[in-house]
Amino acid sequence: MSLFFQTLISGLSLGSIYALIALGYTMVYGIAKMLNFAHGDVIMIGAYSVIVTVMSLNLPPVIAILASILFCALLGVTIEFLAYKPLRKASPLAVLITAIGVSYFLQNIAQLIFGTQQKAFPKIIDLPGIRISGVEINGITLITLAVTAIIMIALTLFINKTKVGKAMRAVSEDKEAAELMGISTNRTISVTFAIGSALAAVASIFYGATYTYIKPTTGSMPGIKAFTAAVFGGIGSIPGAMLGGIMLGVIEQYSKAYISTTMSDAIVFAVLIIVLLVKPTGLLGKKISEKV
Amino acid sequence: MNNSYEHKPKLVPYPSNAFVPERDIGKRPVLEVNHLGIDFGGLTAVDDFSIIVGRTEIAGLIGPNGAGKTTVFNLLTNVYHPTRGSILVDGMSTAGKSTHQVNHMGIARTFQNIRLFSNLSVLDNVKVGLHNSMKENFFAAVTHSFGYGKAEKKADAQALEFLDFFHMADLANAPAGSLPYGAQRRLEIARALATSPKIILLDEPAAGMNPSETAELMENIRRIRDNFGIAVMLIEHDMKLVMNICEGICVLDHGKVIAKGTPDEIKSNPKVVEAYLGKAKEA
Repeated sequence: MSLFFQTLISGLSLGSIYALIALGYTMVYGIAKMLNFAHGDVIMIGAYSVIVTVMSLNLPPVIAILASILFCALLGVTIEFLAYKPLRKASPLAVLITAIGVSYFLQNIAQLIFGTQQKAFPKIIDLPGIRISGVEINGITLITLAVTAIIMIALTLFINKTKVGKAMRAVSEDKEAAELMGISTNRTISVTFAIGSALAAVASIFYGATYTYIKPTTGSMPGIKAFTAAVFGGIGSIPGAMLGGIMLGVIEQYSKAYISTTMSDAIVFAVLIIVLLVKPTGLLGKKISEKV
Repeated sequence: MNNSYEHKPKLVPYPSNAFVPERDIGKRPVLEVNHLGIDFGGLTAVDDFSIIVGRTEIAGLIGPNGAGKTTVFNLLTNVYHPTRGSILVDGMSTAGKSTHQVNHMGIARTFQNIRLFSNLSVLDNVKVGLHNSMKENFFAAVTHSFGYGKAEKKADAQALEFLDFFHMADLANAPAGSLPYGAQRRLEIARALATSPKIILLDEPAAGMNPSETAELMENIRRIRDNFGIAVMLIEHDMKLVMNICEGICVLDHGKVIAKGTPDEIKSNPKVVEAYLGKAKEA
């Protein structure tokens, strides 16, 4: 029984990281209608920026975390401005290929600066764990779960209650109508990239703290898993990305614990395929009905 | 790029013989369009379109299907950028502006096919229209602290006033997509009005309406002009509505203006009868 709960906790923790990343995918998809495949690499950059601020600049962890979030938000906005904005009217395929290009560009930049060897991620979260009836929860897991829960509540309030959030929902429903109501779609898209990339930075900190090593290709796998989670939950849907991310993490950890460690990824993707066969829009995806 | 010149209102001479309602004479027209044209590839969709709309005029834009009426609306809002010609909104040129900037300059519109944000509530749709007049603090909004309540309450009250104007305040919390057709049409107008325009463009507002709904719409259009003191320009196929409420009418055929004038002048214009009404009789 304790294995069951232990796995649940580690699944929730891994799922939280996926969910934070998946939010970036789903928000950008919902508003800019594009798949930003460079999103995973923003996580890697975020982790490296923590390494630089803590190891090389000797700044305290709090500063490093804030700097990483700020840096990633700026990076996201810059990527959008330089790479995607000029393609606003281009075919979706051109944008997709550009995103893959940006992904490799970021990986190569990281290789040039930091080398191909993996680097140790500094121990910036140092909290004692707790033990509840045989189930051990370490400090990083606790923080991951708590922070993710807070971020999800804040993001939900932001999207539903603020005027910028309303503008984002309006743009995601009908860009042209939103423009005609005086909303700048370019600005709204920039804000979306900033928020998505800031969330990726938060995920990078938890990822680094959990897996302790970072290399230039670190972002690829969590990036793809989080994208899967976003599709699983229904791409474009914010609650969908949260649910999809957490479920993906839990399924992955349970398959590792009870079925097979090497098969876990295959099982995760098999579940995705089954869900999409039954419900092509994902768990919480909306049916898109075009009005004529 | 220095755009400051563009933002300064400037007085422009306008043709003294241009038709505007008597009460608007001597005031700068809200809309002055000169020799507007657009080509799509080799095809000229609209050519040499000129119009002057008085500050509180109800103007009609009519013409057979495919005449380029909606294209004119798309040009006025810079959804399409004109190939030729100029547009002045309250004396300021819209050249080079983006669509949302044109909205800030004072043009709002509705759509031939309703384009509400159907997943947002009725109230939130209007609040999207209020977007630019709202100031709020992100942290106050997320934490629901004092500043949030104030800005949000003010916006809620304003949005409710717009809904009340169309007698639909009781529907405020319903999802916009769940409203009946006529209410969706009214909500689209309320949302456009919330952007505080100087002129509102209505694209076939009476489409799909029954005679009593159309009568209510006519009344609403007059009330919009009188209450908000703004101009209305509408595209409409319902001739009864157009002849009833429009003060100036512009007839478009094959992308060109074939007649301009008062409803009586338009009714008796042989060119119009040939291009438009004649066709209607056949059907």
